[in-house]
Amino acid sequence: MSSGNREKLNNPMMEWVDSRLPIFSLLQKEYGVFPTPKNFNYLWNFGAIAMVMLVMMIVTGIVLAMSYATTTAEAFNSVERIMRDVNHGWMLRYIHANGSSFFFIAVYIHIFRGMYYGSYKQPRELLWILGVLIFLLMMATAFMGYVLPWGQMSFWGATVITNLFSAIPLVGDSIVTLLWGGFSIDNPTLNRFFSLHYLFPFLIVAVVFLHVWALHVTGSNNPLGIEPKGKQDTLPFHPYYTMKDSFGVVVFLVIFAGFTFFAPNYLGHPDNYIPADPLVTPTHIVPEWYFLPFYAILRAITFDIGIPLTSIVFIPAKLGGVLMMFGSIAMLFILPFLDKHPVRSACFRPWYKMALIIFVVDVFILGICGGKPAEGLWVPLAQFCTAYYFAFFLVIIPFLNKKEPVLALPNSINEAVLNKKVA
Amino acid sequence: MKRLSMIKITLSFMVLVLAFAPQAQASEGSHDLEEQHWSFSGPFGTFDRGALQRGFQVYTQVCAACHSLKYLSYRNLSDLGYDESQIKAIAAENTAMDGPNDEGEMFERPMRPSDAFKSPYSNDQEARYANNGALPPDLSLIAKARAGGADYIYGILTGYEEPPEGVVLGNGQHWNKVMPGNKIAMAAPLSDDIVGYSDESPTTKEQYSRDVAQFLTWAAEPKMEIRKRTGIKVILFLLVFAGIMYAVKRKIWVGVKH
Repeated sequence: MSSGNREKLNNPMMEWVDSRLPIFSLLQKEYGVFPTPKNFNYLWNFGAIAMVMLVMMIVTGIVLAMSYATTTAEAFNSVERIMRDVNHGWMLRYIHANGSSFFFIAVYIHIFRGMYYGSYKQPRELLWILGVLIFLLMMATAFMGYVLPWGQMSFWGATVITNLFSAIPLVGDSIVTLLWGGFSIDNPTLNRFFSLHYLFPFLIVAVVFLHVWALHVTGSNNPLGIEPKGKQDTLPFHPYYTMKDSFGVVVFLVIFAGFTFFAPNYLGHPDNYIPADPLVTPTHIVPEWYFLPFYAILRAITFDIGIPLTSIVFIPAKLGGVLMMFGSIAMLFILPFLDKHPVRSACFRPWYKMALIIFVVDVFILGICGGKPAEGLWVPLAQFCTAYYFAFFLVIIPFLNKKEPVLALPNSINEAVLNKKVA
Repeated sequence: MKRLSMIKITLSFMVLVLAFAPQAQASEGSHDLEEQHWSFSGPFGTFDRGALQRGFQVYTQVCAACHSLKYLSYRNLSDLGYDESQIKAIAAENTAMDGPNDEGEMFERPMRPSDAFKSPYSNDQEARYANNGALPPDLSLIAKARAGGADYIYGILTGYEEPPEGVVLGNGQHWNKVMPGNKIAMAAPLSDDIVGYSDESPTTKEQYSRDVAQFLTWAAEPKMEIRKRTGIKVILFLLVFAGIMYAVKRKIWVGVKH
């Protein structure tokens, strides 16, 4: 955080501040100068886009909280009051509801970018792990936020997910009681979810700060996956990437606005416009779309794990599903330590590239399975895709570490860029 | 070239997510609904004021006997094209319990535009008791709470048929081809000529169903028109803004080989 050798600023006011708290020097160093590889493609916009979505969610969320009532009797009514009587309340709520979907879209593309170009590899392991931590916090925040309107899917989604913790041996039931604030999902549950839903975004902001800090220590990766070797390979972040990011953000917002204003309920579930009723279970409980792949993994474990042909069970099916679901996120955490291949970018790793593309398709299929009733062919399909999900991390990547040939890499970013123009 | 293809990958990724998302969680049960043409569909769609007023008339004379509309107030009827005095008169047709007054007594008074729509029953128990154990749902959000929206409402209202051979209906149950499970506690509520229209619209079951479906769509989303109008301005602004951003970006990058 120290500015090192500070250059004197011309404006006396700024100089007065900067000599006491070198915030202008910091900005100049981290954005005005910050050498950034000059060969980014548009996939590198999604970090900035995710940041904009985070700010938008916090701002709309704070304003929505001003009109929201945190009681089971009034929560649903207060949301309708926001939609009907609060000035521009409909816009705030639709921005917030669709914003969560688009925040996840941005983050999923951002994660894919990291996986495709090997951005998680040495020396950026911690940067990546902080990113996965943000993703995990986002999932918790989004889950609790979905409970707040207190519709049918809110209530029953909360029931399914909180009940998962009861699968944990010994302490499971106590954890569930703690989450619920009692012995069923009720007013205390709604209150603590609201409280935490308000808290977590600020934790996300804190981890984003660390994420960006780590980024500014290692510098950005780039599509070639080779480190910049000098000035000819890089550009100052501002104005080159501030401008490029601004353009990308606005294009993303066009699509976001299209959904918010013209199909605001397209990504939601109609059942959440029915007030929560603990006595009526929806025929088919599904989470929000961005959780569907993980929900499919959860439900894919339909069998107990124990000694065959005996009644000894080590891991009951329910616990198995929970372990696999959390395990699927854990895979992302340990990815930097699984992949030891010296080449970063999938552009020079045809084998890894193929496995990764199949992985993406696999996650899509898992998402579809997660939205279907767990019956018929959907179950074995989800099991097969779950198997590939884990095999990708635990079998294929370690296999490629040893077997995938190391191709010749370009000498420098600049050289690769110039050759491309000639070719 | 490389960069263009990345844009394509990114966009197709988003298209895939957005296309699959609701399919994946589409609620089962809605039997193939006949897709109707509605004046409010599409990005420029608006409500048809005539249909809304007729639908309100059908709701008041038929549906309101059992179904509440508790998130609406009489003042909201200005959206339908009624003026202040008409709304006052509509509200005053019902009475509300108010109080306590200065003497501590509750009293009845005519309803005012600021009052919420009068519900047919004072609580769910009374509603169930009067309806053979079934609870007539509040209709304020029904168009958003059912897959298919207005098409679903129209489908239910026109979907009553004789049950197929061999199907045994319980006491107070009726066969409806659109209802998930096909068994519905509500008897066919509409038939031709039960509501007199003051305009030339046909007084048929189908016309009533269409009008009340439109009215209930408005009831569920009264801000739809302002939402779409705002959306068009927002999108136009963002497109122009994106164009400017792109031009500036190109200008800045012009000397850089990348």
